[in-house]
This record gives sequence, C-alpha cells and structure tokens, in this order.
Amino acid sequence: MSVGLEVSGVAVQLGGRAIVDGIDMVVPAGSVTGLIGPNGAGKSTLLRAILGLVPAMGSVSFCGTDLATLPRRARAQFTAFVEQNSETDARLTAREAVMLGRIPFQSVWQASPSADDLSLAEAALAAVEMTAFADRLYQTLSGGEQQRIQIARALAQQPRLLLLDEPTNHLDVHAQLATLDLLRRHAQAGATVLLALHDLNLAASFCDSLVVLHGGRPVAAGPPELVLTPALLRQVYGVDATILRHPGTGRPLIAYDLPG
Amino acid sequence: MNRPTLAVLVLSLLALLLASLVLAVTFGPADIGPLEVWQTIGWHLGLVAENPVSRLRDAIIWDLRLPRVLAAAVVGAGLALCGAVMQALTRNPLADPYLLGLSSGASLGAVAFLLAGAALLMPLGAFIGAAAAMGLTLLVTQLLGGATPTRAILAGISISALAAAATSFLIFWSATGDSYREILSWLMGSLSGVVWPEALLVLAALVLAGLPVLLSGRSLDAFAFGDTAAATLGVDVGRLRWWLLGGTALLTGILVSIGGAIGFVGLIVPHVARLVTGSRHRALLPVAMLLGASFMVWTDTAARSLFEPRELPVGIITALLGAPIFLGVLLRYRRIT
Repeated sequence: MSVGLEVSGVAVQLGGRAIVDGIDMVVPAGSVTGLIGPNGAGKSTLLRAILGLVPAMGSVSFCGTDLATLPRRARAQFTAFVEQNSETDARLTAREAVMLGRIPFQSVWQASPSADDLSLAEAALAAVEMTAFADRLYQTLSGGEQQRIQIARALAQQPRLLLLDEPTNHLDVHAQLATLDLLRRHAQAGATVLLALHDLNLAASFCDSLVVLHGGRPVAAGPPELVLTPALLRQVYGVDATILRHPGTGRPLIAYDLPG
Repeated sequence: MNRPTLAVLVLSLLALLLASLVLAVTFGPADIGPLEVWQTIGWHLGLVAENPVSRLRDAIIWDLRLPRVLAAAVVGAGLALCGAVMQALTRNPLADPYLLGLSSGASLGAVAFLLAGAALLMPLGAFIGAAAAMGLTLLVTQLLGGATPTRAILAGISISALAAAATSFLIFWSATGDSYREILSWLMGSLSGVVWPEALLVLAALVLAGLPVLLSGRSLDAFAFGDTAAATLGVDVGRLRWWLLGGTALLTGILVSIGGAIGFVGLIVPHVARLVTGSRHRALLPVAMLLGASFMVWTDTAARSLFEPRELPVGIITALLGAPIFLGVLLRYRRIT
C-alpha cells in the first residue's frame, strides 16, 4: 500500500486553546481510514486543517506533494470534502448541487457544462442512488437525501483524497451501509478516504484502519481489531464495553455495558 | 425543473431591452415615432448619409431623451448586478446596495464633493462614500455577532440613517434655492437632466466593473453552501470577496453619483430573475442585468410622463413597487431571518 496522506505536527489553536495538538498520522492510499473520538476531540478541526480551511501549524502532504504549496483550485481538482451540515437558500436542483463539484474543472470562459461534466454528475447521482431525485429542489429533500447529494457532489470532483465529516449523519440504516460501501469501493479504486465517524460499530465494520483522537491528540491508531479494546473505550469515552466478534466477518462488534 | 437555455433567454431579453429603449424615447411632450428614433440613431452612428428628421426633433431625441433612457438602462442593469452579487456573497436574500447603506453612503460622498465645489469629482466622492458605508455595515454586522440577514439589514439601516442625516445636514447648511430642490430630487433617485457624458460614464463603469463580475458567476455558485464549501471547490474566498465587494462599491458609487439613491431595484430584480434561471449565477447575472435595464427604462419613463409636465423622482416609483416585494421576500425567508 502506498502512502496517501501524510500529516505531521499539525496543530490548530482557536481562541488561545489548542483544539488539535501536534498530530502525526499516515493514511494509506486505497483504503478507508476512520477518525473516531468523543465530541470535541478535534475530529472536524483536523479534517479542516488537512484541507487548509483553518490556520494550522505543521505540514500536510498528499502523495509526496505539500498541499500548502498548491493553489486552491489545483487542490480542489483532487481533493473533496463533505461537511457535516450543508444548507443553502439557493434555488438549486439536486443535479445542479452535484454539478457544483465540477466547478474546479471549468474555465472562466466556459458558458455551460461540458458533456464530461454532465456524465460525471449523472454517474455520481447514480452512485448514491439519487437519480430519481435529480430534478427536485435541494431544499425539498430530506436530511439524508441532502447528505447523499453532498456525497455525490464530492464524487463528481473525482477526488483522489476524499474527506468526510460524519457522512452517515441523518441516514437510515440502508443508506448508512450503502454510503460506507460506496466509499469503500471508491477507496478500492485507488483513492484515499478519511472520514470522521461517531458510530463505532460502523467504523469497526467498514474502516481498514482507525485513528482515535482524544483531547486533540491521537491516542491510538491501527486496524479496528487492535484499536478497539475495552481499555481504550474506557479511557477515551468513559464507557464499559465488551468486544465481540462478528460471526461472519470477524470484525469487532461493540456491546456496551450499561452503567449500574 | 425545465429551464429555458441561457442563449434563448438572453436573446429575448436583449430584444425586449432594445424595443424598450426605442419606445421609451418616443414618450414625452413632443410627439415622436419609433421610426424617427431609428433614423436619428442611424444618422448619429454614421449608418445613413442623411438625417430625414428635423434639427429640433433630432435634438430632442439625441440630446434630451436618448442619454437619459440609456443611463436608465445602465443604472438598472448595474443595480441588479450589484444586488445579485451581494446576495450571493453575503448569502443574504435581502442584500441590496440600498438596504445595506451603500446608496446613502454614496449620496453623502457625492453631496460632500458637490458642495465643496468639486462637482466633477462627484463619482469619486460617491465611490468613497459607498465603500466606507459598506465597510461600516460589514463591521457593525460582525460586532452584532456575525452575519445573518437580519443583522446585516439592521446594520445597513443604521449606517444608512447616519449617512442620510449627515447628507441632510450638509444640504441644509450650504445649499440654497434651486440647487436645494435639485439636490433633493436627485437624492430620491432621479435621472432627470442626464447628458451624454454622464450616460457614457455609467456605461463605462458598467463595462469595467461589471464584466469581471459577470465572469465570476461560477465562483459565486460555489458559495451556495457557504464559505467552506466554496473554498473546497477551489475558490479563493477571501480574495474573491474583496474584489467583488470592491467592484460593487465602485459601481454603486458611480451609479448613485448620476442617478441618486434608487432603491429596491438591486433587491427585486435578482429575485424575479431567479424564478426563471434558478441560482446558477452564470445565467442569473446576465438575466438580472437585462431585466433590470428594461425595468429601469420603464420606471424612469413612468417617472417623467405619468404626471407631465411635473416629474417624479424615479426612486419613489421603484420604492412603491419594491417595498411590497421586499416584504414578500421577508415573509418567504422568515425562518432564516
């Protein structure tokens, strides 16, 4: 596996407080890496720092290129980001929202989208099973449907580095599994996928490796079966849990022990 | 949703604008037909060798009415463009050069330069005033706790009131007799007495500041889901915002220095255009400009011919039409304000 994303010494301070504190990590290309940790652990901030969306110290490189040296537009041609919440007052159809993902590839003088743009947008809509909703106004979609459109928008950017902040939020079980499976296939095609996740069982069953953040620092990293231990869950989340094995896949399955 | 293609829309709106320009020139106390308008324009542009229209009627068409009608179209197009851009940049459906205080700031700057005896530099004064008012409005919005449409409007209203008071003070203190009445009418928004150099000045401003803004349409689309989303789509958010806000301040300043503070055009025209084009700025911006141009030509024609021989400041008409639509937009977006 080749090295995709390399993060070294990344730190972010907001209002004099260190939100993310000296993070070193390597995210291999062709795999899905899950970023887990309790609320306020710095997951969202780390994702933003990697994309240069917040002022940060340290360095971030992708396939050997320091991202900070690239112009925004050049970066947007191989990276994409799905935010936790994406709202708009604009009167956009779902298809038009997906087409936004082609902006980094369109020239200033181009009056309308190219045939390539259109077919990539259609493919992205189909990938998230939203073709039937393409002509609906974005605001009329449910939260889960909007989330899938955002993922389709990111896919339309054909990202080799895809970052997502809680992409399974608002999604029902079917859509959660379908989305994570889609991301896994995108990774298998060679992309580097890094996503923040709340649901530890989803993280355990879909991610090739996990990075655990706690108080802005990484406290564990590696394959799920090594990372997810009762001791770690106790330390990071303050919960007691029994780790089982999925009878089919052998992946860790977390059964929480209720307090009292 | 099926939307007409941009080319069809732009061509039909261009045809509408051209017809409006010619028809508007025929309105007025002297009875002039559309054919005479064409003949006069053709002769002045050197397209026909002889002018069949009499000297007097030629003067009425070419010197009196045409610059004014043309200026109206340019002012309408410019205000609509500024409004559409400000609405996208601030993600505020209520943004408009008038409501955010730019127009009042521009008026203050223009009046200050005028009364100081630098009438020729009025457009510069208006630009300084517009930029200062925009800066103050954005600053107050930040002080109120960050940009929401309501806060921006409240900030705009307070800056507007301040600039208007200062303007009134200046006028009350220094202006007398005829100039007093003239300035007042201009303040309310009036294209009365526009001559060729003024019409060409606003046209130049629209081309110089408007064309780059038109080309930024796709970058404005990237703002649909906010600054972060725009940045991840490759837009240099900070730089683009400064360029576009600077461009709109410049354009607003020059438009106000010629036409006064004409309100609501920048607010309502983009909303109407959006019903046809949706929010894609590559289509919205040109459509809003063309629509704004025709709209302004007709409201200005109404302003000078409804109560002939008395003339109404056109700002009164746009406000009469615009304020109810403003309320409608307010009600429609009440959940986000």
